[in-house]
Amino acid sequence: MKDLIHHILDAAKLKKVDYADIRVVRRQNEEIEVKKGKVVALTGDEDFGFGIRVLSQGAWGFACGSRVTKTEMEAVLKNALKIARASSKVRGKEIQFHRASPVVDHYRTPLSIDPFRVSTEAKLDLLLKADGIIRRNGKVKISEAFMGSYKIEKTFASTEGSYIDQEIVECGAGISATAIEGGEVQVRSYPNSFRGNFATKGYEWIEGLGLAGQAERVAGEAEQLLSAKPCPSKVTTLILDGSQLALQIHESIGHPIELDRILGTEASYAGTSFLNPGMVGQFRYGSEWVNIVADATFPGGLGTFGYDDEGIKAQRVPILSRGILTNLLTSRETAHHLKKESNGTMRADGWNRIPLIRMTNINAEPGEWALEQMIGETEEGLFLNTNRSWSIDDKRINFQFGTEIGWEIKNGKLGEMVKNPTYTGITPQFWNSCDAIANRDHWQMWGTPNCGKGEPGQVAHVGHGAAPARFRNVQVGVMK
Amino acid sequence: MLEREACLRLLKRLVQNSPADQTEALLMTEDSALTRFAGSVIHQHVAEKNQTLILRVVLGKRIAVVTTNLLQIPSLKKSLQKAMALARVQQPNEEFISLPEPKPIPEIHTYSRAIESLTPNKRVKMIKSLLSRARGAGTRASGAFSNGQVEVAIVNSLGIEAYQKYSDLFFHLIVEDERGSGYAGFVTRDPDRFDPDVLAREALAKVSKGESIQIEPGEYEVILEPYAVSELLSFMSYLGFHALAVQEERSFFCNQFGKKMVDPRITIYDDGLDPEGLQIPFDFEGLPKKKVVFLEEGVAKGVTYDSLTAGREGKGSTGHGLLPPNTEGPIPINLFMRGGESSLGEMVRSVRKGIYVTRFHYTNVVEPMKAVITGMTRDGTFLIEEGEIKSPIKNLRFTESILRALSRVSAISRERRVCSEGTVYSRRFVTGTVAPAIKVDGFNFSGVSAL
Repeated sequence: MKDLIHHILDAAKLKKVDYADIRVVRRQNEEIEVKKGKVVALTGDEDFGFGIRVLSQGAWGFACGSRVTKTEMEAVLKNALKIARASSKVRGKEIQFHRASPVVDHYRTPLSIDPFRVSTEAKLDLLLKADGIIRRNGKVKISEAFMGSYKIEKTFASTEGSYIDQEIVECGAGISATAIEGGEVQVRSYPNSFRGNFATKGYEWIEGLGLAGQAERVAGEAEQLLSAKPCPSKVTTLILDGSQLALQIHESIGHPIELDRILGTEASYAGTSFLNPGMVGQFRYGSEWVNIVADATFPGGLGTFGYDDEGIKAQRVPILSRGILTNLLTSRETAHHLKKESNGTMRADGWNRIPLIRMTNINAEPGEWALEQMIGETEEGLFLNTNRSWSIDDKRINFQFGTEIGWEIKNGKLGEMVKNPTYTGITPQFWNSCDAIANRDHWQMWGTPNCGKGEPGQVAHVGHGAAPARFRNVQVGVMK
Repeated sequence: MLEREACLRLLKRLVQNSPADQTEALLMTEDSALTRFAGSVIHQHVAEKNQTLILRVVLGKRIAVVTTNLLQIPSLKKSLQKAMALARVQQPNEEFISLPEPKPIPEIHTYSRAIESLTPNKRVKMIKSLLSRARGAGTRASGAFSNGQVEVAIVNSLGIEAYQKYSDLFFHLIVEDERGSGYAGFVTRDPDRFDPDVLAREALAKVSKGESIQIEPGEYEVILEPYAVSELLSFMSYLGFHALAVQEERSFFCNQFGKKMVDPRITIYDDGLDPEGLQIPFDFEGLPKKKVVFLEEGVAKGVTYDSLTAGREGKGSTGHGLLPPNTEGPIPINLFMRGGESSLGEMVRSVRKGIYVTRFHYTNVVEPMKAVITGMTRDGTFLIEEGEIKSPIKNLRFTESILRALSRVSAISRERRVCSEGTVYSRRFVTGTVAPAIKVDGFNFSGVSAL
């Protein structure tokens, strides 16, 4: 493979490209889905191919193929060059793609138990056991359990002389209970909605989730929600649990700080951002309690890797420091807008996609409060857990979220359960209303395996470290 | 492209060599390109060739699915062995009856050779002319232009042998100036039907109508363009128009069949064979597409089935199986809403004070059984006063039950268009919804953009 890769990069150099890189990627997935006691999906996927990106005549070209042979690589390079040549006829300002020192290295996700070496029977047992406990609750009409294991082996090499091998292993699992009665549908999930929680760790992560131990509670809460009172409509104090705060970070901080969005290259699809590069270093995004880092090095985070898909080493970068915007997510092409070099966030969803700026682990640093203290200090409000719905505008400023469950807070104590909770806000106003973040005892990493962006569509796996946090004067109960 | 004979030969050999009780082999090939532009320059231009084989094997009632893009003989053998190994440890699914038996598939043309002439240079030339129009109008343009060829071939051990070759082209365009933005989209199987000038005119008509004003959230009369209507239909399709949602008691259709649910003007159906849409002759189980009416003159009528959900009720599949292993249900992908008697102009003139919506953005479900969704307006939202479009307004957030909105429809346009987001995650298979514009007498906006 190494000879083949060097051959094609030499061929690109002979064509006098300004820059070229190749990624050869093999992906292996195994997913198991249990529903109502039946294994409704037991799947194994394998996918292998390569993509070549060239910068030539002042424009980018990308082509890819699934037959990893010399002939096919040569044909794909030819196509990428043809595409770049065509695109150069509608180019803008000169592309300022900063040079990077050549890197020869390898990276492997540290893990104890390779999830692909665990027997399918053991995985089925774990899921069926948890599912069986959920089904003991007569009000639960749909019980579900999911487990996924993912392995990405990729080689990145460039005309600058970099050659980087990486093996990234991810896995995760989750359960959910859907109670249905009289036209009412209520869902509870563990450890997170939309299939669970995911990490770049081995099977020890799945074993540690303790799905079966949470199944009865999850089912019980789904049942209780059927008769819970509706979320009130008012402006109040809101405490979000860590998993919901993770998605709040994702949608209203993670996406707006992507510099490619800010520069408009996602305008026709995912949208842009309310930020601009001139706001870095000045803009008060949130209150002084809000400290956000982009940390691609955090052990186990779903957005953790060795090098990005432009050959830049994974980094830990402050984004919000005491509420002030201090940096953005950048690439080798965009970083000059901040007079900086790339902070290593370019990732592609496989061999057949180009790298885009993607979140790594966008973490909210823990605060000083114990959760009990935070609730205890709150006279009146709502405590909302586990995302159910999300929506945000194309500039990432007007958002609305729904969660699976909520509890009223009255006089510093959790009160009655509420169903169908929703809240809405304006991004900087909301983050500036944050007056407490829970401490490290309540902080954990949440993996988001379904972050969509780009055309053709790309799904990124990203992470968010978060603890519960409190926000004042938030509109809740946005329902028709 | 492998073409019919090679695809079917490969799949038949695989199925014949399978030791499973039943085997289904599905092959999708893709040869596509996509060009994106923003700020009136091309910033991304990509091409892809790939093929995906999905093997579904059945041992008794134990089912496993393996997917690969490695089609060399040793890899295929390995995939088959892997599928068998997974099936052996699988739990039996007592509800599974059988893979489907063959049924006659209608012959329709879904491929235009003209797609092959869209070289990188030609795509760039078309974009260049469109960008120059946008610049001439004092606007910046962003968007994507994509064309592709896709083959779908399915063979199973009960005799199904289906093959279809598709061409597709989609283009979406946003033009913007300092005051606002406008959108236009186009999708077709026949590139000769694409006229960039028409697309540019449509998007440009939405900008330069003055400064955006902010209006208070609340309930307003609305005119929803087909792009916005197609989004509502897609959510209905996902939430309630298919058998799995009904069988799991999570569809808004539960206990409503035969009852009036929305305004009698509303008829919504799925028809893979209607040439006004993006035709698909058979589903991903190789069964012919049947027309299914969901709402007929406001009354709940039926839902779509694949072979598993049909088997549960002792019925036949309606030809709505999706790629295995599909655990989401036989979600319809060829939606239509019947057109009405009005023109768009007449509908606007009938509004005393209301809002004109071109499209929605980032829509999501709030309450599934009531079909309550939320999202933002985008790229062409206007205030209508006394029957005239007055001025652009800042984008609004809506939170509304689709069923409630469709109960308040007071006019539907005669003219319909095929709407498609175009972009697809993972495997390319472009689908479209044929929708008219509608007038809703009360539609709830729950918030306003701060920008």
